Amino acid sequence: MSSFWSAWIIIITLGTIAFCAWLLIGNRKGMKNAGEDVSTTGHTYDGIEEYDNPLPRWWFQGFIITIIFALGYLVLYPGLGSFKGVLGWTQEGAWEEEIQEAEEQFASLYAGWAAIPVEELAKDASALQSGGRIFASYCSVCHGTAATGAYGFPNLTDNDWLYGGSGATIKETIMNGRSGAMPAWLDIIGEDNVKAVTAHVVTLSGGEADAAMAETGSQVFGTYCAACHGANGKGNQALGAPNLTDNIWIYGGSAEQIALSIRNGRVGNMPAHKDFLGNDKVHLVAAYVYSLSNK
Amino acid sequence: MSTITEHPTYNYDIVRKFAIMTVVWGIVGMSVGVTIASQLAWPNVMYTDFEWLTYGRLRPLHTNAVIFAFGGCALFATSYYIVQRTCQTTLFAPGLAKFTFWGWQLVIILAAISLPMGFTSSKEYAELEWPIDLLIAVVWVSYAVVFFGTIVKRKAKHIYVANWFLGGFILTVAVLHIVNSMAIPVSLTKSYSVYSGAADAMIQWWYGHNAVGFFLTAGFLGMMYYFVPKQAERPVYSYRLSIVHFWALICTYIWAGPHHLHYTALPNWTQSLGMIMSLILLAPSWGGMINGIMTLSGAWEKLRTDPILKFLVVSLSFYGMSTFEGPMMAIKTVNALSHYTDWTVGHVHSGALGWVAMVSIGSLYHLIPVMFGRKSGDMFSTGLVNVHFWLATIGTVLYIAAMWVNGIMQGLMWRAFNDDGTLTYSFVESVEASYPGHMIRAIGGMIFLSGMLIMAFNVYKTAKAPRPATTAGTEAVA
Repeated sequence: MSSFWSAWIIIITLGTIAFCAWLLIGNRKGMKNAGEDVSTTGHTYDGIEEYDNPLPRWWFQGFIITIIFALGYLVLYPGLGSFKGVLGWTQEGAWEEEIQEAEEQFASLYAGWAAIPVEELAKDASALQSGGRIFASYCSVCHGTAATGAYGFPNLTDNDWLYGGSGATIKETIMNGRSGAMPAWLDIIGEDNVKAVTAHVVTLSGGEADAAMAETGSQVFGTYCAACHGANGKGNQALGAPNLTDNIWIYGGSAEQIALSIRNGRVGNMPAHKDFLGNDKVHLVAAYVYSLSNK
Repeated sequence: MSTITEHPTYNYDIVRKFAIMTVVWGIVGMSVGVTIASQLAWPNVMYTDFEWLTYGRLRPLHTNAVIFAFGGCALFATSYYIVQRTCQTTLFAPGLAKFTFWGWQLVIILAAISLPMGFTSSKEYAELEWPIDLLIAVVWVSYAVVFFGTIVKRKAKHIYVANWFLGGFILTVAVLHIVNSMAIPVSLTKSYSVYSGAADAMIQWWYGHNAVGFFLTAGFLGMMYYFVPKQAERPVYSYRLSIVHFWALICTYIWAGPHHLHYTALPNWTQSLGMIMSLILLAPSWGGMINGIMTLSGAWEKLRTDPILKFLVVSLSFYGMSTFEGPMMAIKTVNALSHYTDWTVGHVHSGALGWVAMVSIGSLYHLIPVMFGRKSGDMFSTGLVNVHFWLATIGTVLYIAAMWVNGIMQGLMWRAFNDDGTLTYSFVESVEASYPGHMIRAIGGMIFLSGMLIMAFNVYKTAKAPRPATTAGTEAVA
């Protein structure tokens, strides 16, 4: 802030407060004492007259107290332009202080847990309790409070994994996030082939579809889809390509939803958590998530 | 009392139009409020795929309808009535006054269509897109011309305190609306604010809080300063107090906006100034309450029999309560608990239902009979006014008590943590725990709305009733 703007702020702030004080004290003059007769001002508006009663004492004092409080606050805290206040308080500083305090209090607890491998930690009841609480705060919004997922968000309790279910893989997913990208195929293969591939995919998990369509779809699948999902449709965890044969679906397994996925593609985004949860808490959440499928 | 014997024929046509539309828009705006309160309480029952009726589109419709349609029409009606009667002259530029009526109704109808369609500038309480904003500006400037023109040609020597507040409200709202709505249009229905980032947020809440401070406080204090002494038939308690609290109120309110942005990207110094000015505002706000309530000293017994006076006095009590609560919530440490919770919603409605709506309703019950050639306050049924009073009071109390409980509970749940440093409750648990409060809030709203329906009936019957022979044709006597 330039010194001009700083001075501007100081002048109008103190000017406003001084104006209020002057108004208040200036109108105290000529006030009647309690018990004295009060007359009206002599004006009449549509039959309304006005008494000239004094300012109520308690109100006057209350007003003065808020003004004194305000001036005291402006001495202690930032407010008057670029003057920082004698306490040196800032909201950023207050936040950092609290974070640091929490670090000191809890960091060793989480560091201890982080030293234990995920699979091992998943057997520790108190670690799972804390991991579950972190899950409830950060993960349940998408994956649900029971971790059973929702439309577009994987179920974490069924031991079916897009990227693999080892402790290290789960932790990697939480730490750095994942971007699942199913391309849109309409422009490449055309609507007829979208329907054919849909028929084929429906049959992969045991559903019923037109046999001729499924046969055509199978050939198109071999050309375009097998690269990621595998020739047999069993998926590829290295790419995060879902297994299409297990009747477990992120966007639902109806022919409509499958056709939507093929026609328009899908974008799945698991955000990275390493920067705001940190390694130790992510490690703990990984253990919790691991425990959900490995009881 | 009055030494002026001349009784000009006042322009009541415009007052009557605005008064009736106040009742109509009150019912519409509050019905939308009850709808969205029900959507929050019973989301499964109230869910709709029809996007015009989703919460996100109906919420701005509710706020715009109750503030600018209901509250706005109430202010137009009463200010045109007050300024004529206290200046002992008819309205300046009656044609322009008529334009403010039709223009304002057009604004409201355009809002009622464009908001559900999803057209929004995304500025809270200023969601309307730029063509409607321009129309508002034109209507508002016309309003200022009519109002101040009438002041200029007044027959009374001095300007009554009610007109100070109304004048302050009209001028400041013009400035607020024009500055906040500055935008660059990209099409007829889309524009972008000329401000960005924290400055945009600051302008938004400078506007937003002063929509409360000038539209919903100063304007309605003007209303109070006329109708309370009139209905109580007592002199105003203290002229001196009205001077001090008027000037202190208008020069500190304008600073209070940053308290809506505590602990955000707004610079520390701005937040501090918003907080201390909000605290200084406590006494000037209470000046109005004291002056209103103390005006009744010597006439307290009238409260037993006069439900209109009950409306006015209870509205002042809610006003005093809200303007105590507001400065408290502006303190940063209190705000850290209350912000983003239902407490804020409760605070707003203790002002909106308890103060703004009840002072308007009381004033309208005083004024509407005059519009139909009867004595002031002489409604078709005083008993129904009394029923309305109790419905409004009970509805308001249920609403705000539910929101206080919810808000404090939510604030405490969000900050509770376990001995391992993790949060005790997930967000959805606090939503689940809010269900009883949301239900009571919806019921409170329904009760308040049912009072408005009774009012509509009472107004209709008053309008249709034969004019008492003694007062017909001598409107100014009322």
